[in-house]
This record gives sequence, C-alpha cells and structure tokens, in this order.
Amino acid sequence: MSGSLVIRGGRVVDPTQELDGAADVLIEGGRVTACGPGLAAPENVREFDAAGLVVVPGLIDMHVHLREPGQEYKETIETGTRAAASGGFTAVACMPNTDPVNDDPSLTEFMLKQAERAGWTRVYPISAVSRGLEGRELTEFGAQRRAGAVAVSDDGHPVWSAALMRQALRYARHFDLPVIQHAEELALSGDGVMHEGRFSTRLGVEGIPGAADDVMVSRDLLLTADTGGRYHLAHMSTARSLDLIRAARADGHRVTCEVSAHHLLLTDEDVFDSGLDPNFKMHPPLRTAGDRDALVGGLADGSIDAIASDHAPHHPDEKELDFVASPNGIVGLETTLSLCLDRLVRKGVIDMARLVDLLSTAPARILGVPGGSLAPGSPGDVTLIDVEREVEVDPATFRSRSRNTPFAGWELRGAPAGTVVGGRVIELP
Amino acid sequence: MSEPVWQRGDLLGVAELSTAEILHVLDTAESFVEVAARPIKKVPTLRGKTVINLFFEPSTRTSSSFEIAEKRLSADNINFSTSSSSLSKGETLLDTARNLEAMAPDLVVIRHAHPRVPHALAERIAAGVINAGDGAHEHPTQALLDAFTIRRRKGRVEGLKIAIVGDVAHSRVVRSNVLCLTRLGAEVTVAGPRTMMPEEPESLGARVVYSLAEAIEGADVVMMLRVQLERQARVSFPSEREYFEFFGLTAERLRGASDDAIIMHPGPINRGIEIASEVADGPWSVILEQVANGVAVRMAVLYLLAGAKSGEDGPRP
Repeated sequence: MSGSLVIRGGRVVDPTQELDGAADVLIEGGRVTACGPGLAAPENVREFDAAGLVVVPGLIDMHVHLREPGQEYKETIETGTRAAASGGFTAVACMPNTDPVNDDPSLTEFMLKQAERAGWTRVYPISAVSRGLEGRELTEFGAQRRAGAVAVSDDGHPVWSAALMRQALRYARHFDLPVIQHAEELALSGDGVMHEGRFSTRLGVEGIPGAADDVMVSRDLLLTADTGGRYHLAHMSTARSLDLIRAARADGHRVTCEVSAHHLLLTDEDVFDSGLDPNFKMHPPLRTAGDRDALVGGLADGSIDAIASDHAPHHPDEKELDFVASPNGIVGLETTLSLCLDRLVRKGVIDMARLVDLLSTAPARILGVPGGSLAPGSPGDVTLIDVEREVEVDPATFRSRSRNTPFAGWELRGAPAGTVVGGRVIELP
Repeated sequence: MSEPVWQRGDLLGVAELSTAEILHVLDTAESFVEVAARPIKKVPTLRGKTVINLFFEPSTRTSSSFEIAEKRLSADNINFSTSSSSLSKGETLLDTARNLEAMAPDLVVIRHAHPRVPHALAERIAAGVINAGDGAHEHPTQALLDAFTIRRRKGRVEGLKIAIVGDVAHSRVVRSNVLCLTRLGAEVTVAGPRTMMPEEPESLGARVVYSLAEAIEGADVVMMLRVQLERQARVSFPSEREYFEFFGLTAERLRGASDDAIIMHPGPINRGIEIASEVADGPWSVILEQVANGVAVRMAVLYLLAGAKSGEDGPRP
C-alpha cells in the first residue's frame, strides 16, 4: 500500500498533542491516521522499526536558498533538497533570490516541478515582494499564492522602501501571507562585512552595527501595527531586535521571528579567532556574546518562534576569495539539527518538544502549510532522530553542492536517522 | 648555542611579534642606516634573491621605500601594481598564490585594501610574505620604522607618552603602532573626532580621548594621522576648515606637549588640515627622518626574513 507505513517502538515527541513517550505512528494514504501506543496496523502495511529513535513531526526549514534557477553551480533543487533530507528535513521553504528572481507564478511552478522530480522533500517557494527584488513594484501575491507560494520576501535584500513595505503588509492580508523581512538599514550597514564592535575595531574591518538591523525592525513593527499585516523577521541577530519583537507581540501585533543556528552558537569573536575565514561571513553577521545569549534566552522563554538554517550555498571558489571579497552566507541544512540537539537540547537550554516546535510546528503555522504535527489527519511527514549518535561535521560528506560551513570539525552528539515524506521512507543514495 | 631571536619567515603584523623580536628588528636596522651614507649604496646581502612587490592599492611612499631597500640589498625585484597587474581583485587567493609560486620568488611584499589578505597568502605560498598594509588592519613596517625613529631620537621608547591623533577608525598605522609602542613600554593615547573612532576603541590597547589638547598634554611624541580626504563623503567631518580648527596640530597647541616633544606623521601630509606647515617644517618634526629610517628598517626586515626562509645567515653589511 503506497504511502502507508507504521513506525513502531520509537519515542514520539509531538508538542501539538503534548506527547512525549513510547508510541507508534500509523500513516495511511500519505496521512497520519493514528498515533499512540501499541497500534494495530492493517495487513500489508510496511513496518518501520524505530526502537531507540525519537520520532517527531517532519522538520521544516523555513529559510533556505536552493539557487535554482540560475546558480546551479552552487546548488540545485535536487542537491539542496537531498541535503535537506540528509539533514532530517521533510520540507523547506526556498527564498526567491534566484536568477531569474521568483517574482512570477511560472517560477514558483518551475520550482515545485523540480522539487517533485527530485522527490527528497516538500518544497514551499517564497515569492519576491517586489519585481526583480528591486524594491519598487509589488509582485502578484494572489497569483503566486495560487501557484503554491507560501510567503513573500525580498530576502537577501531588505524591503527598504517604507511605502512599499506598508503596501506589502496590507496587500498580503488578502491572501494571509506573511511578509518575511531581511531587516537591514542599508545606509547603516554600508560596506560592512562583520559585526561592528571590538573585534572589527581590532581587525580594521568595516563593521555592520546592530542598529542596522534594529532600525529596520523598529520601522517594520510600526508599519505592522499600522496595517494589521503579518510580519515575520528572518534571521534575527540582535538582543535589541528581540526586545522589539517581544514588545510588538505584547501589544497584540501579528509578528513572528526566526533565528539561525549560527547566531545561537557563534559570535564576532569567532570571526576574529578564525583569522577572517570567509566561512564565518554571513548576513546578518555573527554578533556579540551578549546578543547570542539574549537569543538563546529567547528560545528558552518562547519569544523566538522558529529556527531556520538560512542555508546559503556558495561554490568553494567563491569562498576562496578573501573575507571582504567573498559572498555572504553559509550552508546549514546538514548541520542545523545536530547543532541544536547537541548544543541546545543536550545542554538543557530547551527540551525536545520545544525543539520540535521551533523546527516543525511553528514553521508550519507561520507559513500556513500542513505538517508540524503527528495528530491524525496530518501529512505523513516524519523525522527520525538518533539522540545518541556521535557525528563530526565533515564538509566533504555533505550532499549539498557547496561546502561553506564554519562548523567543520565540530563533534556533535545527536543526528538525523531518516525521514518519511507522505508515508514514503526517503532512501538516500 | 641559544635559539636565534628571529625565526619568522613572514612579517604579517605586529600582533604576532614579541618584544624581543621587535627589538631585534630595530637593532638590525641600526646596522643598515649607514649604507645610505656610502658612496656606493649597495650591499650584496640578498644577491640572487627575488622579491615581488605586489601592490593591489596605490602607494608611492611605501612601495618606493621597499624598492630602494631591496635594491640596496642587491635583490632582484619586480613590481606589480593595480595599474600594471593582471592579478585582479576577482582572482581567488589560491590562483594568486599559484601564479606567484610559478615565478619562484623568495619574498613577496604585499599591500591590499582588504584585511588579512597577506596572512591568507602566506598560508598558501612558500615564499616569505611581508605585509605592506592590509586595509585598516596592520602596517607592521611603518610601526617598526616609527619605533626605530623614536628610539633614535629619544634613546628609548619605554615610559614615553605618545599621542596618536586623527582618523583612528580607518588607520592601519594606528593599529600597528599601538601594538608596537605599548609592547615596548610606551604610554599610548589615541584621539580623534568621535566620528573617526571605531566602536570600543579601547580594545585597540591604548588610552582614548576625544580632544587634541588632552591627547598631547605632556606628550613626548605626537603622531598625526593623515586625514583621508576621500572619506569626507562618509560624513566623518564637515569640512577641512573645521577639522583643522579642532584637531589640527599648530605650534600654539603643541605648547601643551613636553618641551622636547617630536612630531611624526606617516605621510603624505595634508598641510593646513591635520598639521600646520610651521609644525611639519619646524624643529620638532622628524617626518623626513621617518622616511629615511623606513629604508633601513625595511632592509632589516628583508634581511631577517630571507635568512629565516633560506635557513642560512646572509652576509651582514
């Protein structure tokens, strides 16, 4: 029976059912039909032995760059989704800064077709806010929604015009799309390449002040309040941005935010210690230890909604340029889960249920896509986790086409042990 | 036999140097000073060695200083600069390195607009690398020649009060100098308008003040930094007139310094902006000595690095 499976003997963690314990998950016709201990399964349903594994709703990475079309030398939808599956994700939401830009339903349809052909994970395209990411004219949110887009964003660039942002927030309400913002005041970030602070001072490197993010977040939250729109802050990096989000939420506005694993685990001191290794260059930059600690605090107290990788593959030749000349971004699909398991769950910052919320339930809710739960009726998307397995991050083994990671050589305990999409066990070559 | 003080094959920054290494360069430079006074200004020290001067950023002063130092040491040298070089900014470091390696140089002198490019290059090539300025990061030979000049004039560096004034945020000279002079025991103060100070300037390792008068009060050495006029567009200061009014060094303001204070400047100077002509040309000024000493210090550095790379001591002058 296609799309049917019973996963037996695992520890099921599902925050939507307040479930953390031994249970089976029955998937029939691609959907979860039962979840509980000692399930009786119909005959002919394949059994999957999950003894010793944690069974959770399929993880959703709500912020990745798959580079196709246009930059297939960095990544393709096939290699990127294979990397995602290898990293324990059953779905990814891909940013529109491709070439051509995803500012038209034909691009969304193309991405979905390529994803289906690859078959490794679900893919949720994110439409550009503005045509060509130029910040001037809105894209067709309605047609993009119909074609399968789940959000709008000019990620890679901020929506710098307050007028356009205001209109985007208003117009997106018709389609209940979140506006995902790369918050950066370009006049403040200037030519900066790392966080502006004591380490950029010692290196004589042009800095990006935290205020570059905070000023834009502050503006956007005022516009969100003004329009009643739905605002999602991408890759939040500063303590002050987090405070602004908290305050806006306390005032009842519809705001959510995500943070990337690297901003939870690394700081500008690591950039300094690396000797300006281009694999430590991304936007927003790695911030101070104080910012990092505040973000970790925001995970624990629930102020941060989601963790996303901001997977940004670049060809090794591009990271062989010097720090200033090399492009922003690091890969993350194949490191995020292990980093979170080892450095957040194992260290007791958050528990497994909260991690599942951050990596599955909340992304599904924010993007308005099915999943994030193993309750009956949910899609049969499951991630299997081996919390005891020890791994060393080795970029040579990545299934991504790119290798740019600052985590090479990190020894981590806890790793993905497989994924199931629509009841189909994903077998990686 | 004790270990030789100098074993480095590269000079990338003052940050990596110990006090003993700094002093060794200064002591070695002493023996090269008199070469400039000879009728035939040439010693055979680096005969048969190839030095490539790789300047990705325009430079007249530093590149000619290195070139003269190399010629006086009898090295074969060749200059690449942005105008004449096919090595462009878009080239990967590995390709740059491979191209250099193919020419089998013994030493490479590099100036680049981006921090730590010399360091990255040094990891990739066998030749010794000298950092001739990497962005606003380091300029070690400038700091060494400044320390050399101070020591020659004052007999010591330890215990001296040294003020460095100007665009601290964008100056590689200030970073290397603070490291070098504090390592030698000086009390260093940096000063400039707040718009020209980096974030957390204390992390440079010096006392930080925001007025010229406060900086030079009782100073034994006043080092003025060149105002980057092209940075004016970046709203660092409103006008040259106003800069001179508040941060320009005049004879009047210099009265606050120690009676025998010396005035330094890495050059080229902007007369009437950061320094008045009466000061630049006055008896306190050692600006031209800095230029002359630059050649001797760079000869010392080239000599030490070539010796360390080849594992043998070349003939002393």
